[in-house]
Amino acid sequence: MEFDKKEEDMVRLKIKDHNELFHEQEYLEQFERKKEFEKPYSEDDIKKVLEWTKTEEYKEKNFARKALTINPAKACQPLGAVLCASGFQDTLPFVHGSQGCVAYFRSHLSRHFKEPVAAVSTSMTEDAAVYGGLSNMIEGLENAYALYKPKMIAVSTTCMAEVIGDDLNAFIKKAKAQGAIPSELPTPFAHTPSFVGSHIIGYDNMLKGILSYLTAGAKKRPNGKINIIPGFDTYTGNIREIKRLLNLMNVRYTVLADISDVMDSPNTGEYRLYPGGTPLDEAVDSINAIATVAIQRYSTVKTGEFIKEVWGQEFIALPMPIGISNTDRFLETISKITGRVIPQEIEDERGRAVDAMIDSHPYVHGKRFALVGDPDLLLGLISFLMEMGGMPVHIVCTNGDKNFEGEAYTLLSKSPFGREGKVYIGKDMWHLRSLLFTEPVDFLIGNSHAKFLWRDTGTPLIRIGFPLFDRHHLHRYPIVGYQGAINLVNWIVNTILDELDRKTINTTSFDVIR
Amino acid sequence: MSTAIKETQKLIEEVLEAYPEKTRKERARHLAANDPTGECGSLCQVKSNVKSRPGVMTIRGCAYAGSKGVVWGPVKDVVHISHGPVGCGQYSWWSRRNYYNGITGIDSFVTMHITSDFQEKDIVFGGDKKLEQLCREIKELFPLTKGISIQCECPVGLIGDDIESVARKMTKELGIPVIPVRCEGFRGVSQSLGHHIANDSIRDHVIGKGEMEKSTPYDVNLIGDYNIGGDAWASRKILEEMGLRVITQWTGDATLNELKIASKAKLNLIHCYRSMNYICRHMEEVYGIPWVEYNFFGPTKIYESIRKIASYFDDYIKEKAEKVIEKYKPMMDRVIEEYRPRLEGKTVMLYVGGLRPRHVIGAYEDLGMEVIATGYEFGHNDDYKRTYPELKEGALIYDDATPYELEEFTKRMKPDLVGSGIKEKYAYHKMGVPFRQMHSWDYSGPYHGFDGFPVFARDMDMTVNNPTWNLIRRRKIW
Repeated sequence: MEFDKKEEDMVRLKIKDHNELFHEQEYLEQFERKKEFEKPYSEDDIKKVLEWTKTEEYKEKNFARKALTINPAKACQPLGAVLCASGFQDTLPFVHGSQGCVAYFRSHLSRHFKEPVAAVSTSMTEDAAVYGGLSNMIEGLENAYALYKPKMIAVSTTCMAEVIGDDLNAFIKKAKAQGAIPSELPTPFAHTPSFVGSHIIGYDNMLKGILSYLTAGAKKRPNGKINIIPGFDTYTGNIREIKRLLNLMNVRYTVLADISDVMDSPNTGEYRLYPGGTPLDEAVDSINAIATVAIQRYSTVKTGEFIKEVWGQEFIALPMPIGISNTDRFLETISKITGRVIPQEIEDERGRAVDAMIDSHPYVHGKRFALVGDPDLLLGLISFLMEMGGMPVHIVCTNGDKNFEGEAYTLLSKSPFGREGKVYIGKDMWHLRSLLFTEPVDFLIGNSHAKFLWRDTGTPLIRIGFPLFDRHHLHRYPIVGYQGAINLVNWIVNTILDELDRKTINTTSFDVIR
Repeated sequence: MSTAIKETQKLIEEVLEAYPEKTRKERARHLAANDPTGECGSLCQVKSNVKSRPGVMTIRGCAYAGSKGVVWGPVKDVVHISHGPVGCGQYSWWSRRNYYNGITGIDSFVTMHITSDFQEKDIVFGGDKKLEQLCREIKELFPLTKGISIQCECPVGLIGDDIESVARKMTKELGIPVIPVRCEGFRGVSQSLGHHIANDSIRDHVIGKGEMEKSTPYDVNLIGDYNIGGDAWASRKILEEMGLRVITQWTGDATLNELKIASKAKLNLIHCYRSMNYICRHMEEVYGIPWVEYNFFGPTKIYESIRKIASYFDDYIKEKAEKVIEKYKPMMDRVIEEYRPRLEGKTVMLYVGGLRPRHVIGAYEDLGMEVIATGYEFGHNDDYKRTYPELKEGALIYDDATPYELEEFTKRMKPDLVGSGIKEKYAYHKMGVPFRQMHSWDYSGPYHGFDGFPVFARDMDMTVNNPTWNLIRRRKIW
């Protein structure tokens, strides 16, 4: 707090929080005094190492590591399972294993969506490690059903339950046999070991689990609808945008795992445990759709196989409709499957998006980008950047596999703007730090954690991805569809222009018209 | 039994009705109406530090969260390995706001996520070899790290890895302490055991191993302050102005050297009793260092604590202590004068962890607010014993409360402000109840000390009196 003996300061309280307080002289002196006990390395040593981490030599060592992961851009399977389960109406995500995991999933998702996130755990402890988690499962289901009155309980696992080998199917059956929950209550389940894959695989496993459970024996005549699977998508705005486009086309559809109202619910002065999601009867009926269209490929692999093989339904996995050509392809696919025409209104939106991209192209053309994120998001962004003449250079995908690598290179090879693109699967953001020092680029696209890269390397960050913790509301805006393309142009070009202003401040180039 | 107590007991019964019988009986023991006198006996005391019921949405975390997230994580010049699958480290990355000075990735590592990212083969064949390699790679890429801590996640203990032997081998090979911490998430009933395990690992591997060039009669350790939003710095400022020499901070903005030399202090000052009483007891037994609990939230408690701390020292410190109070009192009075009129009579419900369910009561009272309900995520009996006298008769106390209980109590008690965590925050926003995160200070702070109280007062006022709450068009009035 600002305070000296002056009368006016006493009258007008000037309160300083951490953002200002600790730059004050008395604190700087305190930090200096503290060093006596810290025994830090000398400033010279620190500077030397800091500079060394920027070198080619450090990069080589950094890329040579085999065991160590530093600042990875991926989470674990059950997080994806919880997100997926929450996208069904009146469904309680139920995680069998240690309780700390669920506390983490709920915090993590709440920090991104700024919404309450409901999920329960079977709170397994040492005794369950020895004897197995059956009694935790039975009591857990009984309590969860009594307290939260779900119409479906979607069970996934933490690594603890996976390591000790608990059998979900047998446990749930036993719980029903003992009357802990009604036998007719849908209880889909998925084994989601956190030591395999990442959150996108957990999403896939849970979705497959839910669909296979709900649709067993539900095959009837085709219902004329299509199913849309958004995949592990943390933009509520994306799902709303897809639904808007489908409504404009008069398509009848079911979004499978519709998190839009769950993770972006209206404030009505009332907390609702289940504020939305795919209606369960529609989910049951999804087996009777004419086709299923997934708009992510890497988070829907197993679900897709299941739909093709077990349902015998057409399954089309498209690239995320990010940018013009991906959106064109999405709409054309929908039109082809359903026979509905793409209305002029959507065509006009396309025109506006293209117009925006043309207007802004001088600032994006030839700019070099580093990108980090999930595989489907990256493919969409690569495509979009190249459409505007931007150049994807470093593409880091911690949870990307060989298929992704191949697909990304194929995509890059289709445009001259992709010629510098290099794809790094299984690498993390500390690898990217080295790349940004040794082969600098103009801009970086990534999630909130990537802000350390901006701090360390000075590469301006455009926040696209998950999680987005340090900016509000970005996830409410679509990045898919033509409207999403306009949002992306907006964020990208205006970050570029902000940066240009910063660079040209106090020069004659500090222009008012850009 | 007083009417206030009876009324609260009735409230508890109503809320418990929704539970299945077994869980209702169990939960009943965790809920009580407060009796500050203790005359009401066990009926007015809650049971604590026992397992959460499966399937009931507990807000608790795990031992890993208590060790890596709370105690070890803030030690800045040590690389902390989240040893196991990728998730735990990801979800706890950069989220607790333990501020520190230093260059991240060079000589400080707090806001980094460093993990062995276990794959299936590590589960099947064990992770010890990988861990060895990992330690070598850390030393190579982060040559200024002063040590490495191995923060175990669930699978490590289940697959029978011998991280202790890896740690011994690597300590020798790398020439820096490599510290095994058995904080697998399934151990114990909450994050609390993780605090204890982390304290024990510091006891076994760190403390007493450092030298300090000079000693003074005024050397103290600042214990149980994690420097959230700079809390420990604001507290240190007061202690230094009192003439004390703070030789260590545990563990906000701490270095390994500070933990080593802590055994040289004359007095341990402990803020978060829950997470660090273990190490204080150890230092008392082995090094004969006495310890004193204090509370730097809100002027009333700060003045009280300053005098309490000074009482352990000579007149020189006692006089300086009075001068410090004299210096800051007009400012604190001015803050109260500004904010109290807007907050007077407002009621508060708290549900947090560590020390806060009792320690912030005084700060609210300084602003004319009343805490009508409080409880701990992972408290023990000794925490609750320290809490009962701080609250009015009939105040509601809950242990390991669930969101269901909190929501129901909120509807019935109608507090003007709720203070809890991120998992609760947005449910309260939907309910239209002013809410502050009281773990992370809602990205504000500091709240400790004379520099913290004005920020606290400002924040409570902005949330209680913000006009956005009035925009809500309610579907249902309660």
